[in-house]
Amino acid sequence: MIAVGALLHVKQLSRSPFEIAIALFVPVVQATLAVYLFRAGGEPDRLLEAAVGAGLMGVWSTVLFGSGGAIQNQRWQGTLEMIMLAPRSPALVLLPVTLATGITGTYAMLATLAWGRLLYGIPLDFAHPVAFPVAVAGCIAGLGMFGLLLASSFVLLRHANALANMLEYPIWLVSGMLVPVTALPGWTGPVAAVLPTTWGARAVHEAASGGPVWPALAVCLAISLACLAAGWVLMTYVERRARVTATLALA
Amino acid sequence: MGVRVAGPTHRFAAMGEHAIEAVGLHRSYRSRTGWLRPQRREVHAVAGVDLTVGHGELFGLLGPNGAGKTTTIKLLNTLLIPTGGEARICGFDVVRQTREVRRRIGYVFGGDRGLYDRLSARDNLRYFAELYGVPGREQKRRIAELFELVRLTGREDDRVEGYSRGMRQRLHIARGLLHRPRVLFLDEPSIGVDPVAARELRQTVADLAATGTTVLLTTHYMAEADELCGRIAVIAGGRIQALGTPAELRHHADGRRVLEVQAYGVTDGQLAAIRARPGVREVSLAVHGAAQVLGVQSDAGVDVQADVLRELDGVRLGRVTARQPTLEDAYVAIVNRAAEPTPVAGPVPA
Repeated sequence: MIAVGALLHVKQLSRSPFEIAIALFVPVVQATLAVYLFRAGGEPDRLLEAAVGAGLMGVWSTVLFGSGGAIQNQRWQGTLEMIMLAPRSPALVLLPVTLATGITGTYAMLATLAWGRLLYGIPLDFAHPVAFPVAVAGCIAGLGMFGLLLASSFVLLRHANALANMLEYPIWLVSGMLVPVTALPGWTGPVAAVLPTTWGARAVHEAASGGPVWPALAVCLAISLACLAAGWVLMTYVERRARVTATLALA
Repeated sequence: MGVRVAGPTHRFAAMGEHAIEAVGLHRSYRSRTGWLRPQRREVHAVAGVDLTVGHGELFGLLGPNGAGKTTTIKLLNTLLIPTGGEARICGFDVVRQTREVRRRIGYVFGGDRGLYDRLSARDNLRYFAELYGVPGREQKRRIAELFELVRLTGREDDRVEGYSRGMRQRLHIARGLLHRPRVLFLDEPSIGVDPVAARELRQTVADLAATGTTVLLTTHYMAEADELCGRIAVIAGGRIQALGTPAELRHHADGRRVLEVQAYGVTDGQLAAIRARPGVREVSLAVHGAAQVLGVQSDAGVDVQADVLRELDGVRLGRVTARQPTLEDAYVAIVNRAAEPTPVAGPVPA
């Protein structure tokens, strides 16, 4: 059910003209931003790191807006009620949706790297060429699970997109996707430490530039599994709340 | 007060004796407006609905917009939690035994929404078959069977975004039937559908009922309910105002006659004046294209035609006909009575 659901949601998402336009342009913008940022900082030798960071930002944006947007779109198109009416655990119903957003997020990473190579000649010399795709896949799976936790709040809120907008920049900043966590104020440290995005980003960066990949990836997946468990429990509560407050439909 | 039709019993029948049972079902919504001086409002969308529907019955829930039809359906199909009362589907409580209820029901609503437009019809059904736990080996056969039933064979692999409204509606029905539900909720399935497609839909619904599926149909098309339903409940103001077979409901207009006047430009003032004439019981005004059709129900022994035409002095008139009341007239009488400030709870025909 999860596999078929995720596949069909990927199909549905990837056929949206809006999503296609976003997927075409956003990676170019993000790759450009990252490259100029690092060049201006006098670190042209770290351009691969910049491209990977930009790719991670793209993955995060896709998962966040995918989870929020997918729930909101389903509410608009009247399918949210239909899927929540299935005799399944609400979390099981929504997991394929958030996984699908993670899978489409893979494109953001690939596109950013490709644009970085084509437009700016960034050499794709990964320190751990085998570990890199594994780290990206693990990071995306982790974000998909984290997405479920986010989706639970999106189910409850009629204006889920407002929450998604609010979360985009703080999370990628605090997680060290582009700027190292060590460069941020000290108080962000504990916040960063509990976010799966931080550890996923670290694993991917280390696979690209060198460093221990597996411990960071393991922590990312462990936190993500905890998010999945929390999302599972929360979703049951949220589904009931949504039936009390009548937020599954638009009106 | 409206009429409680199933009696004030608070005990359900033996487990599963009825397909649908509701006792004292309530649902209210709270809303808040303003920040500095917030004003809270409570709207009672469903205000004490009692009903029972037998297995295999095709039951109609009829009412004007905002009467509480959709809310009642959503309370019965577990999408909303009641603020009062209880309901059971095939003996299972809609609040406590949600999953058991969901296994046994299908839900289809009218309009363009509720399907994945960018997926093909087959992919839509495949996904919902997975969600509803239709075994993998059975899915292909079941989906083909349903395409046949709703007459969409040959268009299975087209994207839904290219479907007409009638085709979408039929696909909706197929989706609702994937897991062979024992109870099917159809919420205004023919809304916005052209007459030919509506007739095909009615045929599909009738075929379903013939196979033993319990159907609860909401509509505001009287003819549709009359043609399909064994029993009809008229709901208005969140309460069931009358319940019975179509023939029984017609008694609500007994002792009346109906005058129909085709007119162009009847004003509210003229309507009020006609309503105030002695012997006039109900007045309705429908718009058909450029013309208005004024319906005046009066006591059978009173001829109001001269009075009505006098009130319409200066208005361009078309055909004027007098006829016996129909089921639709009975419906208008029931709904208007419910809308009166101090409605009288009259006896309901058996």
